[in-house]
Amino acid sequence: MLTKRIIPCLDVKDNRVVKGVNFLNLRDAGDPVELGARYSDSGADELVFLDITATIRSRKTIVELVEKVAENVFIPFTVGGGIQTVDQIDELLRSGAEKVSVNTAAVENPALLTAAAQRFGNQCVVLAIDARRSKEQPDRWQVCVKAGSEPTDIDVVEWAVKAEKLGAGEILLTSMDADGTKAGYDNRLNRAVSNAVNIPVIASGGAGKLEHLYDAIVDGGADAVLMASITHFEQYTIKQMKEYLAGRGIAVNL
Amino acid sequence: MIVIIDYNVGNVRSVCNAFRYTGCEAKLSCEPETIENAAGLVLPGVAAFGYAVGALGSLAELIKKVALNGKPLLGICVGYQMLFDRSCEHGRHNGLGLISGSVVPVPAEQTVPHMGWNMVTLPDDMELFAGVGKEKHFYFAHSFYADVADSRAKIAYTDYGFNLPASVQKANIYGTQFHPEKSGKTGLKVLKNFAEICKK
Repeated sequence: MLTKRIIPCLDVKDNRVVKGVNFLNLRDAGDPVELGARYSDSGADELVFLDITATIRSRKTIVELVEKVAENVFIPFTVGGGIQTVDQIDELLRSGAEKVSVNTAAVENPALLTAAAQRFGNQCVVLAIDARRSKEQPDRWQVCVKAGSEPTDIDVVEWAVKAEKLGAGEILLTSMDADGTKAGYDNRLNRAVSNAVNIPVIASGGAGKLEHLYDAIVDGGADAVLMASITHFEQYTIKQMKEYLAGRGIAVNL
Repeated sequence: MIVIIDYNVGNVRSVCNAFRYTGCEAKLSCEPETIENAAGLVLPGVAAFGYAVGALGSLAELIKKVALNGKPLLGICVGYQMLFDRSCEHGRHNGLGLISGSVVPVPAEQTVPHMGWNMVTLPDDMELFAGVGKEKHFYFAHSFYADVADSRAKIAYTDYGFNLPASVQKANIYGTQFHPEKSGKTGLKVLKNFAEICKK
């Protein structure tokens, strides 16, 4: 049976891992290569590195970072942040990443998903969605782009369904409302998306307690749970998370 | 020296890193002479099947020849799928035909891609898994799988709503649908076993 995945997320800025609340107030969480190797050794199922500066200068840095990470990390990892072209994806995959995540560029140019899937296979193509709950309609979420700074008119569930058809192989679904709050994932959002698509959904944003992970999997229908604050600052180890989930009957790779 | 065939697809470096981490000598190459002189070959691959076959180009015939002459060959993911006769990923494409079978879509009743860690039952008589255990989790990331039709092939399966072939061995030809280079300590052990096979 396929296990549910525990995925620490490393937001990288100026070669450091940082973590904020609701995408703001960043706090230093360590060296990305060191932290990556530690997670790889301690039983994480996968890692996500997001270049949150995503400038032309940081692009070169992130390729070098991926190369260093790949020398020490023998679990899969995804890289994202400012990726716009198939050639950039190619460079990151060659440097050692398993998958890349695209966000703003896919909204602006949905054909990027198809081009990437045809060349690398859809299992390499992660669509990251930053979702914000609509103030008027509580069961609707809008897609935000440019690191969450720009709301669009696009409905999150419709975008997820369209992206699957275009070639996305997985959805990294971040609730901007829940991100960094440690108050739990937005499982109405996770459920709405996981019911609408047949590709895996990674729940992201809001993990604070062990039961939040369970809820995202059971209530939200998530295939994987992503977290940062609760693991970087060593509130819980990966092993504690997995033992907790296994104890409640969730299949994990312990 | 193990030679990892560098044919312009993603992820070749990860395989090389993993061999080196376990203390095995490995290098990337696409030179015919280096390939012919290798102790063993690894055909990795993160790519769509058609793209991978196109990228392999004329190396395909050489790999086929040296594998049929008995050199150990390990195919990983799409590199494993290319060992079979054909695939229907984004069109129809021919593989190397070293093992009989077709690469077909994972049934849509399951979440596709089959992505993540799944338990593989490891038969005692498959050399890649010597000393690894009876069953272990390995990392998978694929939307197509090989429907093996070769009666001479040994097969290790994983359960994904049906018995999905996770690894195949036919004489000196080995393949894994999962990524040993990304399956943590267990995967590194499998690569070390392949390196041992190459020394024989």
